Amino acid sequence: MKPAEYHQRDRSLHPPALTPKYKTSVARSPRWPMISLENTISEITGPRFGHADIDPIDNDLIRNYAKTGDPVGERIIVHGRVLDENARPVPNTLVEIWQANAGGRYRHKKDTYLAPIDPNFGGCGRTLSDENGQYAFRTIKPGAYPWRNRVNNWRPAHIHVSVFGSGFLQRLITQLYFEGDPLIAHCPIVHAIPDRDAVQQLTAKLDLNATIPLDSIAYKFDIVLRGRRSTLFENRLEGN
Amino acid sequence: MPQELHYLRESASQTAGPYVHIGLAPGAAGFDIYREELGRDIAGPNAKGQRIRVEGLVIDGTGSPVKDVLLEVWQPNANGHYAHPEGGGPVEDGFRGWGRVITDFDSGEWGFDTVKPGPVPGRNGSVQAPHLNLWIVARGINIGLNTRMYFPDEADANAADPVINLIEWEKRRATLIARQSEDRDGVPVYRFDIRLQGDDETVFFDI
Repeated sequence: MKPAEYHQRDRSLHPPALTPKYKTSVARSPRWPMISLENTISEITGPRFGHADIDPIDNDLIRNYAKTGDPVGERIIVHGRVLDENARPVPNTLVEIWQANAGGRYRHKKDTYLAPIDPNFGGCGRTLSDENGQYAFRTIKPGAYPWRNRVNNWRPAHIHVSVFGSGFLQRLITQLYFEGDPLIAHCPIVHAIPDRDAVQQLTAKLDLNATIPLDSIAYKFDIVLRGRRSTLFENRLEGN
Repeated sequence: MPQELHYLRESASQTAGPYVHIGLAPGAAGFDIYREELGRDIAGPNAKGQRIRVEGLVIDGTGSPVKDVLLEVWQPNANGHYAHPEGGGPVEDGFRGWGRVITDFDSGEWGFDTVKPGPVPGRNGSVQAPHLNLWIVARGINIGLNTRMYFPDEADANAADPVINLIEWEKRRATLIARQSEDRDGVPVYRFDIRLQGDDETVFFDI
């Protein structure tokens, strides 16, 4: 049996390349329409990762760079499932995150914001989803920070999320926002997304059931990747 | 009211931002945290076939190099097999076929070492010319850009490639074909500059 094709990407929920209020996009956005490709072996395959590639501590940002103690800030758990558009779990897929520290400062040689580096916080983590698509990170809630776009733009607190799936056409980088953050409504990068529901879907929800009492607040964030067709009459990738 | 379809919607993309290195290449951000950063070795030590180097720039609409870009490459081995259950066949031990490369912060130059890929099946019995699949993210890029690099020394295969031939404008097809540079230490070097805008805007694919 030939493998089924993936659903087309719904470009109406993704930000277009050119979003002038996010100024950096102006010179970095292609102007010609993309050429639409039907799936071939080059798109439906993609890299696979295993437990030999990463270490168990990699998903614990409170500990994975700690030198002299725990990092400063609000202790949180971010957890959820990696699913596809058919609501099936995406198991054993690599999820990587990166973020600013509690003061809104990144551990990056190019970040010069006046908030201090936290000596005990690296700001990155990675894990594999389990057989049910579940993943979890322990970290510090990132702080908001200013950025150069207009002179008074602030990024809402966010965590960058990178996910693979099983085919290269599922590759996705997005950002996780936090329920209730008033800066979400003012952010030109968030507003690049033309669909309000799609923004809601990037907003992690407070999850009191997963909170660890007297220890850490939990937020739930499900990630949805493209799904494959499952109709009886699917196209075939090869053959006549 | 008609029945509901009950599909989920794909999570929306957001830019990788200027600090993508922290998450995906922390050594470049300036710190050491993981036992091993992923994507450094594309082909592994046992891959058969021609070792090659690929280098280039990503150039923005002003003609300036983009210095904070991250590229990922996905390719088959010299036999045209991807390292995947649906990849067409076995690959050498240690061959992943996936790599991650960032640009030099000062010059914007990027480069990686790998093996030249073999041709792979296309749709409807066609054959796709050897190519590298590339995915590009950066600050100011709202959703990752997919393109392909083809080889200048595969003119016949390129002329028959079903994806290249989908591009109506022949002059734009050339944007997907690397240039042959001088060999270095006996290794062929291919140059592939990616233009985000302008007269020679690279062809990008909605895959």
